[in-house]
Amino acid sequence: MTEPTPVQVDKPVVSQVSDVTTPGMAVGIDGTYEAGLELKARSQWSYARNRFLRHRLAMSGLIVLVIVFGAGIFANLVAPYSFEEIDLTNVLAGPTTAAHHFFGTDEIGRDFFSRVIFGIRTSMEVGVFVAFVSSIIGVIVGAVAGYYGGWIDNILMRITDLVLTLPALAILLTAAALLGQGSQWRVSVILALFFWTGLARIVRGVFLSLREKEYVEAAKAAGSGDIRIMFRHILPNTLGPIVVNGTLSVGAAIIVEAALSFLGFGIKPPTPSLGSLIASGQQFPQKWWITVFPGLTLLIIVVAINFVGDGLRDALDPQQRRVRA
Amino acid sequence: MLTYITRRILYSIPVLIISTFLSFTFVSLAGNPTDNLRANPQFSVITYNNLQHKYHLDRAIPVRYWFWVKDVFEHKLGSSLVTSQPIWPDISRTFGHTAQVIVLAEILALILGVAVGIFSAIRQYSPFDYFFTSASFLGYAMPTFWLALLLQILFVDIYLKWHVRIFYTAGLNNPGQGTWSFDRLQHIGLPVITLTIISFALYSRYMRASMLDVINTDYVRTARAKGLPENKVIMRHVFRNALIPIVTIAALNFGGLLGGAIVTESVFGLDGMGYYFIQKLGQLDIYAVMAYLVVTSTIIIFFNLIADILYGYLDPRIRYD
Repeated sequence: MTEPTPVQVDKPVVSQVSDVTTPGMAVGIDGTYEAGLELKARSQWSYARNRFLRHRLAMSGLIVLVIVFGAGIFANLVAPYSFEEIDLTNVLAGPTTAAHHFFGTDEIGRDFFSRVIFGIRTSMEVGVFVAFVSSIIGVIVGAVAGYYGGWIDNILMRITDLVLTLPALAILLTAAALLGQGSQWRVSVILALFFWTGLARIVRGVFLSLREKEYVEAAKAAGSGDIRIMFRHILPNTLGPIVVNGTLSVGAAIIVEAALSFLGFGIKPPTPSLGSLIASGQQFPQKWWITVFPGLTLLIIVVAINFVGDGLRDALDPQQRRVRA
Repeated sequence: MLTYITRRILYSIPVLIISTFLSFTFVSLAGNPTDNLRANPQFSVITYNNLQHKYHLDRAIPVRYWFWVKDVFEHKLGSSLVTSQPIWPDISRTFGHTAQVIVLAEILALILGVAVGIFSAIRQYSPFDYFFTSASFLGYAMPTFWLALLLQILFVDIYLKWHVRIFYTAGLNNPGQGTWSFDRLQHIGLPVITLTIISFALYSRYMRASMLDVINTDYVRTARAKGLPENKVIMRHVFRNALIPIVTIAALNFGGLLGGAIVTESVFGLDGMGYYFIQKLGQLDIYAVMAYLVVTSTIIIFFNLIADILYGYLDPRIRYD
């Protein structure tokens, strides 16, 4: 792995400029100011932001994601019906704009568009929660293993290997079936407990190389404790990989949750989940909209997240010039 | 090399023990199938207790784990708590079916993925490259179960509309047909296609990236500079080196394929290990679930080992000590 760029936290370069005491230089700067030209301080982050804003695929992914997730967040306002409103006179109707049944209705006449919108909300909540919690676990495990090394590192990395060699989907299914009880939050916690391994390895790698740096030594000499060095001095340098990994794991968690719900061991009705909505389509092979719309929504969400993740990688980790695949 | 392999195999044993112990612990913690007998008024407490005792359900979990391990070795994975039937015949039958699907899908995906990866890399930024790169991006994000369901619905509709039977959309065999009959191929066709598409996206993506990595190395420039024809440069220098990471990824992908098999077999109602697992999980048949987990963990650990060994064999720069 290439050594990641040390990312400076928003420290305006201006302060350095004003420190300049050479008269000649100062005149030059004053001259610039007098000519009405503003000196613009550009931090590492603003470079990253510019790289990201210029990344076309990532930006289109982000726009799609904002629209889809926005619909999920404001599901109450966007959805024309509630997700449990039954209309037995209008069962399994095809997509139409007439009664705002854009995605048709299901087998007991519930508006499928509204159900998909509320399903997006569920998926989104699960994805963001899993990414957030698993990132915290991954960062702590990786930081402790990489910083202390030795037997702590050995044990933590063996545990990581262990989780990676398990048959992931089968274990998750078992855990969700026996401990999940169909609750959204229980399923999310179970997923989070399986999603931290990749990030833990990345963070550990960065910590292993950075703990030998001079600034860590300086911090130690100044009397900083281990916790302060780990989270104050080293952690900001691993922020790039953490953000990229976290973004991509939102998508992965959404897919796995959908797979669990599809097989009937994830989130249980009445909470609509994209996975269980797709599963209901299997009973009606000729009513294509029940399978196609929730699946398409799922696919669009995950593709958009992957685009954003790739863009973030290119923006935050410019040294890691991987071949675009 | 031999010491390395021996050490890796020895190292796999504690991994298997710990992982099965952990699975066993939380599978057992979640309750057992005799719980509902307790609520049954026709069932006396004494019978219930005897039953608990007979299956060691009243003991501490480490003790039960020990009994279970003994059962696995002495009685070929033991027998089900729900049906009292031995588990081994079910597992060995379904294993064969799953293996047939997975191996076919893996071979197809490898051949197609490697071929497309090579051409995409040679003609980088051509329409061919753009088409397959976007396709692999879609395939990479595609939920396996949705793809399986779409294929199933498509072929159900084709049959209902035109009465042509290209693939069957459920089951394993018509009565009286064997393992390698045309009828079997019609049945496993759709599961194989599903898994092939998912793995193909992975392999073509990695193969393309790996080819491009190698094309930009110094020794490829040297090979071109000394006047070697381009197709020889590609086949002899680039392709062979680019294949090394793919071999590892292919071996490591077996875990993903087994997960994909759970989903596809459930959609198509195929009598494989994944479908068996899902059914037993629904019945809370804990020993059958454990049997599946042990078999698949062993398979995954075995292929991890193969990946490591192949990697060292194909790339002499890797040294084990």
